[in-house]
Amino acid sequence: MIKRLFAGLILAALTLPALAAFDLGQLMGELARHKGGKARFVEKKYLAVLDKPVVSSGEMSYTAPDRLEKRTLTPKVETLLLDKDMLSIEREKQKLTINLSNQPEALAFIDSIRGTLTGNRAALEKNYALFLAGNLDKWTLTLLPSDPKIAALVQRITVSGSKNQIRNIEYLQADGDRSVMSIEPIDNR
Amino acid sequence: MSPARRSFLLWLLAMLAGAAIVWHSRFTADMSFFLPSKPTAEQQVLVDQLKEGAVARLLMVAISGGDVEQRATLSRDLRGRLGKMPEFASVQNGQSGSESADRDFLFKHRYLLSPSVRPERFTVDGLKNAISNSIDLLASPAGMMLKPLLTSDPTGELVDILSQLNAGAQPASRAGVWASRDGERAMLLIQTRALGSDTDGQENAIQLIRQQFAESRTASGLSDARLALSGPGLFAVNSRATIKDEVSQLSLISSVAIIAVLFFVYRSFRLLTLGLLPVVSGALAGVVAVSLAYGTVFGITVGFGSALIGEAVDYSIYYFVQSSRMGVDAWRERFWPTIRLGVLTSISGFAALLFSGFPGLAQLGLYSLAGVLTAALVTRFVLPQLAGTTIERRDLTPLGHLLERSIGQVQRLRWPMLALAIAAAATLYLDRDSLWNPELSALSPVSQADQQVDLALRADMAAPDSRYLVVINAADQETALQMAERTGLQLDRLVERGLLGGYDSPTRFLPSQLSQAQRQASLPSNDELALRLKAVLQDAPLAASKLDRFLADIESTRRQPKITPASLAGTQLALAVDAMLLKHAKGWSVLLPLRPPQDGSAMIDAAAVRAALTEDTAGQALFIDMKGEFDKLYNDYLHEASQLSLAGLIGIILLLAITLRSPRRLGRVLLPLILAVLIVIGGLHLLGERLHLLHLIGMLLIVAVGSNYALFFDRADETTGPDPETLASMLVANLTTAIGFGTLGLSNVPILHAVGVTVGPGAVLALLLAAIFAPRGTTG
Repeated sequence: MIKRLFAGLILAALTLPALAAFDLGQLMGELARHKGGKARFVEKKYLAVLDKPVVSSGEMSYTAPDRLEKRTLTPKVETLLLDKDMLSIEREKQKLTINLSNQPEALAFIDSIRGTLTGNRAALEKNYALFLAGNLDKWTLTLLPSDPKIAALVQRITVSGSKNQIRNIEYLQADGDRSVMSIEPIDNR
Repeated sequence: MSPARRSFLLWLLAMLAGAAIVWHSRFTADMSFFLPSKPTAEQQVLVDQLKEGAVARLLMVAISGGDVEQRATLSRDLRGRLGKMPEFASVQNGQSGSESADRDFLFKHRYLLSPSVRPERFTVDGLKNAISNSIDLLASPAGMMLKPLLTSDPTGELVDILSQLNAGAQPASRAGVWASRDGERAMLLIQTRALGSDTDGQENAIQLIRQQFAESRTASGLSDARLALSGPGLFAVNSRATIKDEVSQLSLISSVAIIAVLFFVYRSFRLLTLGLLPVVSGALAGVVAVSLAYGTVFGITVGFGSALIGEAVDYSIYYFVQSSRMGVDAWRERFWPTIRLGVLTSISGFAALLFSGFPGLAQLGLYSLAGVLTAALVTRFVLPQLAGTTIERRDLTPLGHLLERSIGQVQRLRWPMLALAIAAAATLYLDRDSLWNPELSALSPVSQADQQVDLALRADMAAPDSRYLVVINAADQETALQMAERTGLQLDRLVERGLLGGYDSPTRFLPSQLSQAQRQASLPSNDELALRLKAVLQDAPLAASKLDRFLADIESTRRQPKITPASLAGTQLALAVDAMLLKHAKGWSVLLPLRPPQDGSAMIDAAAVRAALTEDTAGQALFIDMKGEFDKLYNDYLHEASQLSLAGLIGIILLLAITLRSPRRLGRVLLPLILAVLIVIGGLHLLGERLHLLHLIGMLLIVAVGSNYALFFDRADETTGPDPETLASMLVANLTTAIGFGTLGLSNVPILHAVGVTVGPGAVLALLLAAIFAPRGTTG
């Protein structure tokens, strides 16, 4: 009995350094060092109303700290630009600009991406409970909304990646529909 | 009955009749003072908008103090309170939920409203296109909002309807309600039921807002919360209050000052009372004449009364001072012709204004003309009867002698005065480009502070300035809407070419019955549609079985009644349609507000829009630049006023030329007047006063009023000059005139102020210069 307890303690002692080696703070610090870059993305939306997922693809680029551009090339060209709190969407001849500071729910939603990209733990924890699993080479960060207004839109956001590179973002919406975006960095050096 | 009694009774009867007319007169202090009496088609739109337009009924409200949540609570509470009141057509503060009725309406009627609903939309190809488009849209971030609509609106009609609407400027939002750009104030937009021209209604609405805010503030315990309010209604109410206050204040100041002067001169209550008789008669006659001729009397016109008092009292001063020594008959023979000529020159000046298309100016002219004429007639025919033959008053001969000696002194100033006038003329000539204020707002009685609050609130609200409009007139509502739809097609082309940022149209929410019928007719029957859908959705990810709601909605649209204005009841869209679709005596008008292209210039290429409009609609649609129209209106007024002033001046010169029959005497009378005008205008310019239309009128009045003094010097005996008594009477009369006009200079109403600062000093200078340039012989 004492032996088993002892063994358990040793085991715990052994795993502790491993856990300490990769915690949320470390991931955030790692992400914050990422100064930007270009990536290709493929986004699949699984919607109950449709028999097949809707697939879109294109390129996105991020410039730290607050400029994110997402250019969808298929099925329709569309540009989404997030610059500080201004979100603009350009599609065909139409251009829509939204000041996010006026739209708290949309802002919280956008902050899930932006907070992860910039490694801004405080911004993320304002609206989400964070759960981290895995190690630096293969981590998964789960965000669960703490504000019921956001929870009415999205149940869970799962971000996974390797080191400071995000590879996958999955949104599980409140109604059960989900979208999965996989991100492939373009080496521009 | 004695002649005296008879004239008195006649006068009394006339006065009583006049008082009765005044009692029933309508007094107003609204913008119509400035609006053209014979408007062009474009100006008519301006007039209608100011009187009845939706913009004229909007009030902007800002709440400051407390923190963001407290302000939001106050904003919601105020909206709740005012929203229930019948005085307000709409109270908006951006709180969510207020748009749900609008969305429901647009969704319910999407197949009647969407311009994409045409027969080809519902063919197999058309459906395939539209549905695959909608599915593609789901891939977009914006598509998430459309997901719940896919099965009921697979062709995306709602998206097409919404994409036409102005997605542009919206106020900022904090804590769920509209806020200023810096977030420090909560904002509301209120539309009154009362028309913009109904100043009482506007005053009542503003009072209700203030009162409800005060109650709301007490209830919430937020004592440092403040309310700022602006809008055309507030301008009208404040202007009226200013004019009302000033009319009584200015008249009181000038009356008290003039009575003091008269009492100093007469030392007799009887003479004082008699002396005021022509003035009171004149003021009454002025209002009566205006009331009979125009139906409505402007407050500013009555405010002009203070000047009239100063001018009209002159005649009784001349009479009492000059006739006491020589008797009434001698006075009539010797002095009345001079006074009569003075009256006639004054009348010529005022009469020129009668022909103005600027209604305010025409009223001022009629009011003054009737007033001066009446005062002169009462002095000539009633006063002598009442005053009797013995006039006991203070002896003014010592004053007259003093004046005689002074004239000798001041005549040395001939060359300096000429030099001064030449310097003034040179200054005016050199600065001729910056003399005039080119804006109509220069005449507006709205205070600078009010204008600044308005500017700030407007920027915070991102309120449209409604500068550019297309106006369509038609005999009935249906024709007007059909024409608006045709004009819309032209405007769409301009939007595509980037010449327009966009436009609004009532047909977005209330299409013509014709368009609605055409859209209904393009919808296929249920069986036909089901058949086509089957073909369309063969390979699509969307199952036809999920589209029951779509089929049902199409079918019900085919059978449902068309949209009428009544269908819009209870939505904000009804207000939008009301603002753009107006019924008036001659039929219906549609207003299409245009938005400038987003190139930062905020200007619209008027020529391009006009060309596009005439191309297709045969000139029935009228493009209007409201600011341009205002500027043009003012320039028309200014141009007309300069012509009228010139005509008035020529009239005065002709009158003098015919009476004096001597170029030398004419020159002698005119010289001091022209010098006075030059010196006064030069002085005002140097003091930083930007000249406007009423200064111009003031110049004419200097000549019209000042000629009275110059004439006395002219009529005087060449060798001896005017006798001391006459000199004294001229000084007293000049003093009262200067007081009367000068008091107007204290006014905050630009129209009155300009006349006051021009004619007040001008009258004094006219007398002084007349004395300086009087023939040398008069120095005695």
